[in-house]
Amino acid sequence: MAPTGSTTSRHPMTGNEMRGDSAAGMERHAYDVVVVGAGGAGLRAAIAAHDAGARTAVVCKSLLGKAHTVMAEGGIAAAMGNRWPEDNWEVHFRDTMRGGKMLNNWRMAQLHAQEAPERVMELEDWGALFDRTEDGLISQRDFGGHKYARLAHVGDRTGLEMIRTLQQRVVQLGIDVFMECTVTDLLLAGDRADLAGDRAESRSIAGAFGYWRETGRFILFEAPSVILATGGIGKSFKVTSNSWEYTGDGHALALRAGASLINMEFVQFHPTGMVWPPSVKGLLVTESVRGDGGILKNSEGRRFMFDYIPDFFRAETADTEEEADRWYDDKKNNRRPPELLPRDEVARAINSEIKAGRGSPHGGIYLDIASRRDPEFIRKRLPSMYHQFKELADVDITAEPMEIGPTCHYVMGGVEVDPDTELSGVTGLYAVGECSGGMHGSNRLGGNSLSDLLVFGRRAGEAAASYAAGQGSRPVVDEADVKAAERSALAPFDVEGGENPYTIQQDLQQTMNDLVGIIRTASELEESLTAIEGLKKRARSMVVEGHRQYNPGWHLALDLRNMLLVSEAIARAALAREESRGGHTRDDYPKPDPDWGTKNLVVRLDDTGSGVTLTEQPLPVMPDELKSYFEE
Amino acid sequence: MGYDLKMRIWRGDQEGGELGDYTVEVSEGEVVLDAIHRVQATQAGDLAVRWNCKAGKCGSCSAEINGRPRLLCMTRLSDFDAGETITVTPMRTFPVIRDLVTDVSFNYEKARQLPGAELGPRDDDGKRRMMQIDVERGQEFRKCIECFLCQDTCHVVRDHDHNKPAFAGPRFFLRYAELDMHPLDTHDRRVLAQGAAGLGLCNITKCCTEVCPEGIKITDNAIIPMKERVVDRKYDPLVWLGNKIGLRPRDYEGRMEVGEGPVRRP
Repeated sequence: MAPTGSTTSRHPMTGNEMRGDSAAGMERHAYDVVVVGAGGAGLRAAIAAHDAGARTAVVCKSLLGKAHTVMAEGGIAAAMGNRWPEDNWEVHFRDTMRGGKMLNNWRMAQLHAQEAPERVMELEDWGALFDRTEDGLISQRDFGGHKYARLAHVGDRTGLEMIRTLQQRVVQLGIDVFMECTVTDLLLAGDRADLAGDRAESRSIAGAFGYWRETGRFILFEAPSVILATGGIGKSFKVTSNSWEYTGDGHALALRAGASLINMEFVQFHPTGMVWPPSVKGLLVTESVRGDGGILKNSEGRRFMFDYIPDFFRAETADTEEEADRWYDDKKNNRRPPELLPRDEVARAINSEIKAGRGSPHGGIYLDIASRRDPEFIRKRLPSMYHQFKELADVDITAEPMEIGPTCHYVMGGVEVDPDTELSGVTGLYAVGECSGGMHGSNRLGGNSLSDLLVFGRRAGEAAASYAAGQGSRPVVDEADVKAAERSALAPFDVEGGENPYTIQQDLQQTMNDLVGIIRTASELEESLTAIEGLKKRARSMVVEGHRQYNPGWHLALDLRNMLLVSEAIARAALAREESRGGHTRDDYPKPDPDWGTKNLVVRLDDTGSGVTLTEQPLPVMPDELKSYFEE
Repeated sequence: MGYDLKMRIWRGDQEGGELGDYTVEVSEGEVVLDAIHRVQATQAGDLAVRWNCKAGKCGSCSAEINGRPRLLCMTRLSDFDAGETITVTPMRTFPVIRDLVTDVSFNYEKARQLPGAELGPRDDDGKRRMMQIDVERGQEFRKCIECFLCQDTCHVVRDHDHNKPAFAGPRFFLRYAELDMHPLDTHDRRVLAQGAAGLGLCNITKCCTEVCPEGIKITDNAIIPMKERVVDRKYDPLVWLGNKIGLRPRDYEGRMEVGEGPVRRP
């Protein structure tokens, strides 16, 4: 889509009129609200900001419609009560808090549970075609940690439906989209001297700086409101379900602008990623396989999840296969199968089985739906999974079990925000979706991500538009900051004799996988911090070949700076939290610690600007009326 | 298990380019995109290629492998003999930006010219009701991952740039059909499909269906029914009479005809 103000000589998609090797010029655009990221959260935020009357732009690293949301499979969690009239926001709220081991920001979890149903209905208003119940309502499916069948879905391609619906809405509304455009720096308003030191409260956003991937040309957005919706950090790990875009851009941009991150130690390893062939190791296998009846077995054929039911969930989990199997049809009189415990529990169990030598030939365990449901049902409910295994692994999931193992999937940590407006510690800077923190506590339930994107995307869009509308004058970008951003972006071209960024990225991925993975210890975390320091040093002298036009080596060099900063944040927070909770498991502190259950770890940029510092902060305390939901 | 794969990869930009020869070590179970990534990481750091999910879900890594439009991430090396040279070139229908990356803005322009879904009010209880059997036709079309391989292979625009202004292509015929078959949509886009979108230029050779990585029956389930619906509206004397005397076919009851041009609302 051509950005507003473009002339006919410009490129119709990118609005760009210059070749990458051209020396001159930089584009400048002025907006009320600039959204960085075009996944579910970014697009929903842009729609809300536009509807609130703001001049809105979306800036994204890939083509429109390719963001990682497209990979979401299972569904959107929303207590619509279409399958189970007993379901309501209170039950959803309770499930979410318990899934996050009570470390969630209670207000975010409350808003999320209350508003998700209407956000799903909106998608339907805009043309989404969800699977239906027999009565013609939006169908809802079972998922781990959710008491009732709650996920609105379209087969196992719900993310595609969601992003396409939002994308088509954005196009219909005529919102400007800057595709294949990367934001590398946020720009702050005011005197630079004022911004020094710890006067973070006086910081406010003036704009964002970036480059067109196509040409390498720089671009400046002047805007009082910037919404970060950049997704996660998974590309810092070797085995991951995440795409190349997941380099923690929003996390790092926020840190550098003076905002804080919370809960960075909590990284979700999805229990079921493909393990073979090597080229697809880590690729996601949807939780719907288990929601629709699939079970986990070790090499001895044992349905081992019954051996791993934690006390915290014992009262609501079936302890015999017979009861577990009855649950699919009779939820009132039976308890949930242990395969549908929250993801952290299942991932740890699988990890233990593999370590105990009861794994499959390719180092996973078995996920079996073939012996449990008929082929027609499987192909109908799980078409993408059927296709994925058939095409990539030569496995027919209607006839044989899948081999699966844990894969880095989601970061619960992110920018610390106000629960109602998603405003960060920097005035005018908002964060939504995976790059924000708090909502999911120490572990996210499946299906709660897509609903998170919609609920808080809309809230941030409205808040950002409202803030922009209330500004009498526009913030002024400091030209010295722009020059500094240019120099910093071009630095990798000036180095001679350094290393190529691909090697450094591979070493980082290996380090995070081996030392900051699913099971952690103090000694390995300390080792990882030393390794990250070494990688940071190597990255300072990395070299890029070629020129600025569509140069993946250069793009990676710039993304790598974010990956290194965010990886350090994860490792430092993981070392500090001396307990095991949700997506953070310490071999040397295997139990949850009630004291740690009352605090968040907050990450900020250190004085050197190249590392991070940690502080402890008390968790917001939920009001008594909500506490009553957790009394047994 | 590993072996040295010979590849020819097109390198160049708008000014021109040529096939470059690469030999790269590959192993069992890998796909063409793995081989290209290894070339990028070890031999040509600036080799431009689009990709995202590497799982056939996002439709970013479209290119032509030995002349056939395919997704790089879903083409397994085991489909070829170990000694065979694999040639990878950018999609031919779209202008090259650099190496394997093409300018696919044609598709985003066409998307803007297509009026989106417009549903009527919800039911009294705030919900909507549609039967599964009625949404399934549209659901097939919404499996589209917008890889644009159907657009790339379509002979109406492949090597015929002059047809591009008048032709939206199979991807968007799919979208017209989807909206036309939506149980609750209120617009009638048939005139638009035939006129601005150039549905009539399609002579149903089914090339698009053959290359669709999602296996969508583009021609049989979307284009042909859409052509029939357009023809019904234009030529069927009963429909003509019905329109004259104020009776409309049930399928289009309550639908409002929409015209050409980008649809923007305030």
